[in-house]
Amino acid sequence: MLDDFVEQPILRTDSLTKRVNTGNEQLTILQDINLEVNAGEAVAIIGASGSGKSTLLGLLAGLDLPTIGKVHLDNIDIFTLDEDSRAALRGRILGFVFQSFQLLPALTAIENVMLPLELTAASDVEAVARRLLDRVGLAKRLHHYPKQLSGGEQQRVAIARAFATDPKLLLADEPTGNLDSASGIQIIELMFELNREHGTTLVLVTHDEALSRRCSRQIRLADGKLVQ
Amino acid sequence: MNYFKISYRMLRRDWRAGELNVLVLALIIAISGLTTVAFFADRVESALARESNQLLGADLLVISNQPLPEHYADKASQLELVVSSVTKFPSMISNSDSSLLAEIKAVTEGYPLRGHVYLMSGSPEKLMEPSKAQSAGKIPQPGTIWVDEKVRMQLNLNSGDSVDVGAIQLVVTEFIEREPDHSVGFINMGPRVMINAADLAATDLIHQGSRISYNLLVAGDVKKVQQFRDWAKSQLTKIQRIEGIRDARPEIKAALERAEKFLNLAALASVVLAAAAIALAVRRFTQRHLDACAVMRSLGASQKYLLYLYLYYFVILGVIASGLGCMIGFVAQEILAHWLTGIVDTALPWPSWLPAFQGLLVGLVLLVGFALPPVLNLRSVPALRVLRRDIGLSNAHSITGYLLGLIALSLLFIWKAQDFKLGLFVVGGFIVAIAVFSCFGWLLIKILSSIRHQAGGAWRYGLASIRRRAASSVLQAVALGLGLMALLVLTLIQEDLINDWHASLPPKAPNHFLVNIQPNQLEPLEEFFQHHNIQSPVMHPMVRGRLIKINGKKVSPKDYADDLHAERHIRREFNLSWTNKITTDNEIVQGKWWDNDTTDAVISIEEGIAKTIRVKLGDELTYDIAGSHFSAKITSIRKVDWDSFRVNFFVVVPPGLLEDYPANYITSFYLAPTEISMIHELVRAFPNILVVDVAIVINQVQQMIRQVSQAIEFVFLFTILAGFAVLYAAIASTQDERIYEAAIFRALGAKKEQLSRAWAAEFAILGGLAGLFASAGATLLGYVISKHVLHFDYTFNPWIWLIGTIVGIIGVLVAGLLGTRSAISSPPLLTLRKIG
Repeated sequence: MLDDFVEQPILRTDSLTKRVNTGNEQLTILQDINLEVNAGEAVAIIGASGSGKSTLLGLLAGLDLPTIGKVHLDNIDIFTLDEDSRAALRGRILGFVFQSFQLLPALTAIENVMLPLELTAASDVEAVARRLLDRVGLAKRLHHYPKQLSGGEQQRVAIARAFATDPKLLLADEPTGNLDSASGIQIIELMFELNREHGTTLVLVTHDEALSRRCSRQIRLADGKLVQ
Repeated sequence: MNYFKISYRMLRRDWRAGELNVLVLALIIAISGLTTVAFFADRVESALARESNQLLGADLLVISNQPLPEHYADKASQLELVVSSVTKFPSMISNSDSSLLAEIKAVTEGYPLRGHVYLMSGSPEKLMEPSKAQSAGKIPQPGTIWVDEKVRMQLNLNSGDSVDVGAIQLVVTEFIEREPDHSVGFINMGPRVMINAADLAATDLIHQGSRISYNLLVAGDVKKVQQFRDWAKSQLTKIQRIEGIRDARPEIKAALERAEKFLNLAALASVVLAAAAIALAVRRFTQRHLDACAVMRSLGASQKYLLYLYLYYFVILGVIASGLGCMIGFVAQEILAHWLTGIVDTALPWPSWLPAFQGLLVGLVLLVGFALPPVLNLRSVPALRVLRRDIGLSNAHSITGYLLGLIALSLLFIWKAQDFKLGLFVVGGFIVAIAVFSCFGWLLIKILSSIRHQAGGAWRYGLASIRRRAASSVLQAVALGLGLMALLVLTLIQEDLINDWHASLPPKAPNHFLVNIQPNQLEPLEEFFQHHNIQSPVMHPMVRGRLIKINGKKVSPKDYADDLHAERHIRREFNLSWTNKITTDNEIVQGKWWDNDTTDAVISIEEGIAKTIRVKLGDELTYDIAGSHFSAKITSIRKVDWDSFRVNFFVVVPPGLLEDYPANYITSFYLAPTEISMIHELVRAFPNILVVDVAIVINQVQQMIRQVSQAIEFVFLFTILAGFAVLYAAIASTQDERIYEAAIFRALGAKKEQLSRAWAAEFAILGGLAGLFASAGATLLGYVISKHVLHFDYTFNPWIWLIGTIVGIIGVLVAGLLGTRSAISSPPLLTLRKIG
C-alpha cells in the first residue's frame, strides 16, 4: 500500500536561497537549495549549529519567505499564495513537531490536539483527539494542562496534535532536543510508528546522527549549502 | 468554528494564571466608580422628579384666572386620571381683634393628589416641632377653616375660634404645618388658610376682576398624564397655562447638579486612568500571547481566525469585568445613598438598569479601544516564531491603533460630563498632556543619558537602563504622569470646590426674609433690631414696574408668544431696585458698573433675564411705574449667584432715579433658632410685613454640602485606586524584561543589592519625571477647569510642584521595588530556563 506513494514528490524546492541584511553586509543563510522529497519518505536534514537547518524547515513550511527560489508543496507553489492561504495549506497538509513542544498553555492536552482539527472545521473533533492521545499513551492525561505534564508527555501531546489532521507531510524540528535521552528514544519510536501507520512523509531536522540514521535518506547542510 | 469556546478557554486559563490581573483590576475600578455615581444620580433624579410632583400637589396643573371649562376635567376623567380643583385668591380675613391679608385656598375632595397636608396637633409649644406634624388625609369640612402658623399668630387663634371670610364665618378646626405647593417662590409664603370649595360661593368674594387663580389638579399614569398634557396644550387659551414637573427646588437642584458634575468628573478620571492602565497592561499581554499566536498560525489559523478569537476574548473579558464593576458600583452607591440621605425628603427609589448598561458599554469601549488594537497586531505575528523565538512583532507601539479608543473616550466624556465644554477640556487636556509629556520625556531621557557618565554607580546604571528602554521608559513616565496628574487635579479642585461651597453658604447665611416693609417702618424696624441686639440688616428698596418699551419700541406679551417664560416676564411687574454697591454674589459679565456719583439713567440687568427678554448692552428699557414712564440704558449685565440666599434683583439702577416712586423695602437676616420668639414679636409689631422663613431650606442645603463633600471623597477613592492601577501596570509592563535581565546580571555575578540599587535609581528618575509632568499638567488643567467650567477663582499653588515630584519619586520607587522584588529573588537559572 505504501508503494502507491513512493516516487511521487510531495515536496520540491527550486534554487531556494535566503539572505538577510545585517547592517551593511548581506549574509547568505541558504544558497541554491534544490531538493525533492517523495511521498512516504523519511528524510533527515542534518548539519551543525548555524548551518541553516531551521531556516530551511521554516521555508519548507511556508513560515518564512525566501530571497529567491520556490517551494512546491503537494504540487502547489506556496510562495504565490498569500500568508493566510499558506496558513490554510499548512492546516490541511502539514503537521509540526517542535523542539520546545509549543503547546498552548491555555488549553488542556485534548484541547491542544483538537485545535488544528477545529481550525480545519473537521467533524468528530473530540473523538479523533481522544483516540490519538490514547495512541500516544496519554489516555489518562486528557484534561491536564501542559505545565502539569512532563517534557516527554508534552512532546507526546505535540505528536498527537501533529497527526490529528492526518497530514501528508510531517515536519519535525529537533524533536528530542529538549528531552533527556530515555524520553528522547521513546518519542522517536512513537513518531516513527505513527508515521508508518499514517503513511506520512517525514522531514526531520536534527544534529543527532543516530536519529538521522533512522531515516531513509539524509541531507546534509553546511554553511547554507547542500552537501551530498 | 467555535471561536467562543476557544476564546473562553484561553481567557479562563489566563485569568487563573493571573495574567489578566491589571486589565481586570483597571476595568473593575473604572466601571465601579462610574456606575456608583450613575446609579446614585439616577436614583436622586427620579426622587427629585417625584418630590417636585409632591410640591405641585399633582402631576400636572391647568391654571387660569377664569373658571376652567368643564372639558378639561372631563377629558382627564376619560383618561382615567384623578382630578381635584383648587381656587386661590388673596382676601382679608378677620376675627373680633384684628384682620390680615391672607391667601385663601378653596379645595375639593381628593386634594392634594400628590404629597400631603401636614397638620399640627397639641399645645402651641409643640407646634414648632415639625416632627409632631401629622398628615391630614382629609380636607376641611364645610363650615370650617384650617389656618397656618402666621394666621394663627397674627389673629391669636385657638381651635374652635371663628374667623370671618368674606360674608361667612368659619370655625378653626386645624392648624396647617406644611402643605404642597407651599415652598414654590416667596409670594406663596404669606399667611394662608384652607377652606372647603363648597363654602366658596357663600363667601361672596368671587367677583369679576378679583385676582383668582383656578387650578385643576391632575394625576395618574405617567403616559396618560402626558397624553392629557398633549391634548390640553391644543386647548389652552391665552389665560390658561399648564404647569408640570419642574424645578420646584432650584437651589437644591443647582447644588446637586454641580455635585453630580464633579462626581462624574472624578469617576471619569478613573476611566481615563483605567484606559492608561489597560494600554500599559496590554503590552505584557501581547508579549505573552506571541507564542500561542505563532503556533496557531503554524497550525493553519488565518488572520481572520485570530481576529475573531481575540475579539471574543475581549468581549467576554469586558462583560465579566464590567459586570463585576457594575455589581461593586451597585453596592457602593448604596453606601453613597446612605451617606447622602436627607438630600431629598423622600426615600430614594430603586435605580434603573440604565447605569449598569452604561457601565458594560464603557467597559467594552475601554477594552476594545485600548486593549484590542495592539492585540490585533498579534494576528500578524510571523509564524516563523515557532522556530525562532527571537522573532517578535514589528509594530508593537502603534499610536494609530489607539485612535479609536481616544475618540470613543472623548465622546464618553462629553456625554457623561453632560457638558460639552467640560468634556472637551478634560479630553483635550489629556491628549495635549500625552503629546507634550512624550516629547519632553524623550528629550529629558536623551539629556540625562548623555550625562550618565558623570553620574556614579547605581545612577549610571539606572540611566543606562532608562536609555536602553527609551520607548517604554517614556511610555511609563507618561502613563505615571497622567495618573498623578488626575490625582493632583482632583485633589486641588475638590478642595476648592468644597471651600467655595462652604463659603457660598456660611453658617450664618440669611435664613429669614422680610418683605413689604414700608418706608415709614424703616426707622422703627431698625430700633426693633437694636432692641433685640441684632445688627440691623441692609434694607433694599423695591419699586414695581412693567416693561413697556425696548429702544423706544413698544413691547407686548404677543411679541414673546413663542416663549411662555418671556411672555410672563413682560406681562407681570418687575421689582426694580437702586444701589451703588455691587455685592459679592453679583459678577459683572458685560459692561461696567456705574461710578458712585453718577446721575445717568442707567440699568444693570441680570444675565438670564436679559437673554429671556432679548436685550443687550446699550439697549434702552422703558418701564411703566405707577402710571409714569422711566427709561434707562443697559450699561452692565450681571451674573447673580441665586444660591446665596441674599436679596438680589433682576434690574438695578443707581440711587437718585427712582426715589420719587412709591417704594417698599425688602431685607434678609440670620436668626439663631433659639431666638425664634423675636419673629412672633416682629409679626405683632409690624402686621403688614411678610416674614419668610427659609431656615429649613438653608439647613437642607448646608447639610447637603457636607454630605456631598463626603460623597466626593468617597468617589475619589476609585480615582486613587485607578491611579494605583496605572502605577502597577506601568511597573508590571517591564516585569518580564526585568526578570530576564536580573537573571543574566546575577548569572554574571551581580549582587542582589547592586541590582536593587540600580533599579531604585531608575524608578526614582522615572518617578521624578512623572511627578514633574503631573505637576505641570495639574496646574494648567486645574486652572482651566476652575476658571472656565466650575467657575471659581483658581489660586496657584506652588506646593503642587514639590508635592507632585516627591509623590512621584516615592510612589514609583516603592511600587517599583515591591513589583520587582520577585524578579531579583528568583534563582537565575530557573528564570533563564523558563525564558530560553
